[in-house]
Amino acid sequence: MLLREEVQLLRRIPYFAKVDPCRLKLLAFASSRVSYDANQELFHQGDAGDCAYVLLSGSADILMEAPDGEVKIGEVKGDCIVGEVCLLCDGVRTATVRSTTPVEALKICKDAFSKVLIDPGVTREVTRAFAEQLHRTTSELDRTRAGQRQLVN
Amino acid sequence: MEKSLLRYIWRHTRRQQLFILAIVAASMVPYFLAFDLPKQIINGPIQGGGFESEGATQAYMDFTVTLPWLGNVFQFDGIPLDRLETLGALSGVFLLLVIINGLFKYYINTYKGRLGERLLRRIRFQLVDRILRFPPSYLKKVHAAEVSSMVKDEVEPFGGFTGDAFVQPAMLGGQAIAALFFIMVQNFWLGMIAATMVAIQVGIIPKMRHRLIELGRQRQVTARHFAGKVSEIVEGIGTIHAFDTSNYERADVSHRLGHIYKIRYDLYQWKFLVKFVNNFLSQLTPFLFYSIGGYLTLRGNLDVGQLIAVINAYKDLPGPLKELIDWDQARQDVQVKYEQVLEEFDSPMMIPPAIHALAAKSEDKSLTPLAAVNVTIEDQSGARVAEGVSVKFERGETVAIIDNAGSGAEALAEAFGRVVWPISGKITLQETDLLELPESVSGRAISYSGADSYFFHGTLKDNLLYGLKHAPTSTVTYSGRDATQRRWEMHEARMAGNADFDVHAEWLDRSTTSVRHGQKDDLKNSLLAALDAVQLTSDIMDLALHSSFDPEIHTELAARIVDMRHALRSTLAAKGLSHLVVFFEPDRYNIEASVGENLLFGTMRQGVGGENSLLDSDFFYDVLRSAALLEPLFDMGTAIAENLVDIFGSLPEDHPFFQQMITLSADEIDVYEQLLQRFKDRPEGVRPNRDELRAMLRLSFNYVELRYRFGLLTPELSERIVKARDLLHDKLPAHLSGLIERYDPHRYIALASLRENILFGKLSHRIADAGEQIRAVASGVMHEKDLYASFLGVGLEFDIGAGGRRLTLVQRQKLNVARSLIRRSDFYIFNRALPGLDRRVQNEIVKNVVDFLKEQDHDPAIIWVLSNTSLARLFKRVVVFDRGSIADDGTFETLEQESGIFKTLVA
Repeated sequence: MLLREEVQLLRRIPYFAKVDPCRLKLLAFASSRVSYDANQELFHQGDAGDCAYVLLSGSADILMEAPDGEVKIGEVKGDCIVGEVCLLCDGVRTATVRSTTPVEALKICKDAFSKVLIDPGVTREVTRAFAEQLHRTTSELDRTRAGQRQLVN
Repeated sequence: MEKSLLRYIWRHTRRQQLFILAIVAASMVPYFLAFDLPKQIINGPIQGGGFESEGATQAYMDFTVTLPWLGNVFQFDGIPLDRLETLGALSGVFLLLVIINGLFKYYINTYKGRLGERLLRRIRFQLVDRILRFPPSYLKKVHAAEVSSMVKDEVEPFGGFTGDAFVQPAMLGGQAIAALFFIMVQNFWLGMIAATMVAIQVGIIPKMRHRLIELGRQRQVTARHFAGKVSEIVEGIGTIHAFDTSNYERADVSHRLGHIYKIRYDLYQWKFLVKFVNNFLSQLTPFLFYSIGGYLTLRGNLDVGQLIAVINAYKDLPGPLKELIDWDQARQDVQVKYEQVLEEFDSPMMIPPAIHALAAKSEDKSLTPLAAVNVTIEDQSGARVAEGVSVKFERGETVAIIDNAGSGAEALAEAFGRVVWPISGKITLQETDLLELPESVSGRAISYSGADSYFFHGTLKDNLLYGLKHAPTSTVTYSGRDATQRRWEMHEARMAGNADFDVHAEWLDRSTTSVRHGQKDDLKNSLLAALDAVQLTSDIMDLALHSSFDPEIHTELAARIVDMRHALRSTLAAKGLSHLVVFFEPDRYNIEASVGENLLFGTMRQGVGGENSLLDSDFFYDVLRSAALLEPLFDMGTAIAENLVDIFGSLPEDHPFFQQMITLSADEIDVYEQLLQRFKDRPEGVRPNRDELRAMLRLSFNYVELRYRFGLLTPELSERIVKARDLLHDKLPAHLSGLIERYDPHRYIALASLRENILFGKLSHRIADAGEQIRAVASGVMHEKDLYASFLGVGLEFDIGAGGRRLTLVQRQKLNVARSLIRRSDFYIFNRALPGLDRRVQNEIVKNVVDFLKEQDHDPAIIWVLSNTSLARLFKRVVVFDRGSIADDGTFETLEQESGIFKTLVA
């Protein structure tokens, strides 16, 4: 996949949809391409994280450790980003991501990310997208909680 | 050493000086004969003196030997020769005398030269010998560069002076006296005038030269300090840059140079003033002759013939006189230098030579105990750092010494290591004062490693094994030319009072290694174990992987590495890991490498000229042209430029990406932007000029499709690039061929590192942990192929630079400990040997060292002054120092329960 195709793909990701294409090209250029075989971990729950992955091809499972083994909580495939929280704040991985097919990904490191997005306009766009995502997640969580309460009651 | 250089020279070269004097005297005979001969030739055969009649002959070489009381003993009537024959014969004799005189001169000069050089060698050796024998405290005060400049430069003139020291005054003095005597014979009073003037000259001139000598002394001292300063700047360059004090140093240097200049200029002024006075005085005498002699002649008291004879005779006086005064000047000059050197090298206390006596065999019995008896130690300022310390260590003990306050523990360890000498009390080894034991005993029974280690310029291995080089353990038998050379070396060394040990003999004492099973590989095992103990092995492996060796010398190893290269490749294939590396293949484009690398397909020589001189050469562009690559690569470069301008053009100049992502700066991006603009404005069909072409091509050389992902490398283009390789390498001109070595899968590449030679390809950068995976596989293959020791061997050949500065501080400290561990000693003393390491590593290494030494069969004692007190638990006995004296001494367990100080220290 060429650089300009990667830029197209990045634009389809909500966080980057409104970012200037020139900046996205820089971000893509500053990021490196990595490949994984099927059943390889992109990252592991609990590890310190410093980069996000944009899947260019292939698919991967998002897994969480539960008392009785791993539980699959989601799936990612082409055009998806995983591990993006690490780009904005320090912290450990909240889940494990493991490939289910051979995966091609663009690895965006926090360092490169912050340097590309030094520009306040860009930052605002990205943060807004993150906030929207957070908003969706929170309301989902609230709904789930409400559902659980009802179940308990 | 004698106080006067003349006396020193006389003492060491007395016999030779007398011999050369005799030779000089003998050489005078043909010398004066040659003077007389021209007169004979002119008066005799040429002007016809004695050949007045036709067919007259003269007896040639007639002589009579007459002895007192006995009368004529022998008479030779000579050969009768006519005029032409006599001319021939006399000219022949003249030629013979010229040759004889020349040979005499040649012999005398070389003899004097040899005399001087031997004396120089002697004095230099003696000075270095003194350095080796100075007490340690003395050397702390002197400046290394100053001392070395003294040994090297300041004694240099002594050699030149030695040959003339006695011959010159004897000869010149004789000539001057003869000339004076001759004048006296002509006329007593005029002779007295000449004598008086000579006396004035000889009296005044040396007095005036006193100041010259004083200035000379100052010049020497300032120059020496200057040499010290320059070496200080070189050594402290890091500090100078760090604190921005370069201008302060400039000021200092300028000030010193100004001072030196002033002295030197003064020196010139005086020198020429003295010269002027000297010349004036020698010209004054003829003036007196002309005026007074002339007056007397006019008055009729003196006849003209006598006056002319006196003036003629005087011509022979100033020459020798001037040279004599010059000789005296030289003598005073070297005498001053000699005194200066002596001053620095004359320490009241010196290690007696017997303590340094060469002892090849070390006694195999172990010495114990090591004890301090009422020892008091002062530091450089005179403060007492340890006072009245008495302690005894037995063989086999493991002892931690820790300081609560002060540095008594350190000082005591230094005293054990003979780095400082106690001012009172004594250190004893088996009841004998350590300082009275020969170093061949104390230096082998005790291995000392302090925090400030010194390493000698050489390889890692040389430095690791340095502690085993006490004495030649074998004699080398030389044959043929080497034998003659060695005999000559020994003879000369003895003639100059030097040591005649053979530096080429085997100095490594293989019987005193810490691991000793009486086998051949004891040394190797000790070395490997010591490196493991201090955790230096992986560092050395890294050094090995990043260095290379000469495959011409190590042919076998080179072959084995090529073998390992193939083995690694097949192992990777077998494990299904081939995708981790893209190997270099002569007929295939390497997608992980740049276009330039693919073109050159070889390793560049690092450093001088290197990459650029080949990439910029006209030859290289000619190759590109004939491979039809010029146009496509230019287009590629233009496309890259467009992309880069697009991506980086809007970034601020100081954006970190300029260094991280590309090798271009913001300015260069601007240049490319302008270039692109220029191309756009240009009418169709105008070809780029040479500089534009090269600028674009340079961009394309760095292009790696997988990394840049601009989609510019077509299969067709890569094929053409691969084809250009042959073109490039087959026709490489001689001046460029040394710069590059072509990749050949079946050959060791001397210019590439060991790592590159093994991998022989590029790691796939897409696979996140390719490096680690390869390392694991390669390490397996290395062990399988039994190359581990050979690789370490390559690493051990690493040149550590002056003072070991090419190693990191931590590596130096580890090396310093390892150096001790290789030696077999009864006592190992580590004096805060690992301060630069973090706690965990310190802990591991101390434990490794103790374990390693305890595993050996000689049951040594280990005494460790700890900077990290918590490590005391690794030792059986603990000695606690407090303000320079011992506060507690006992086992770790008892101290832990009973000692208050210890508890606070270790907690």
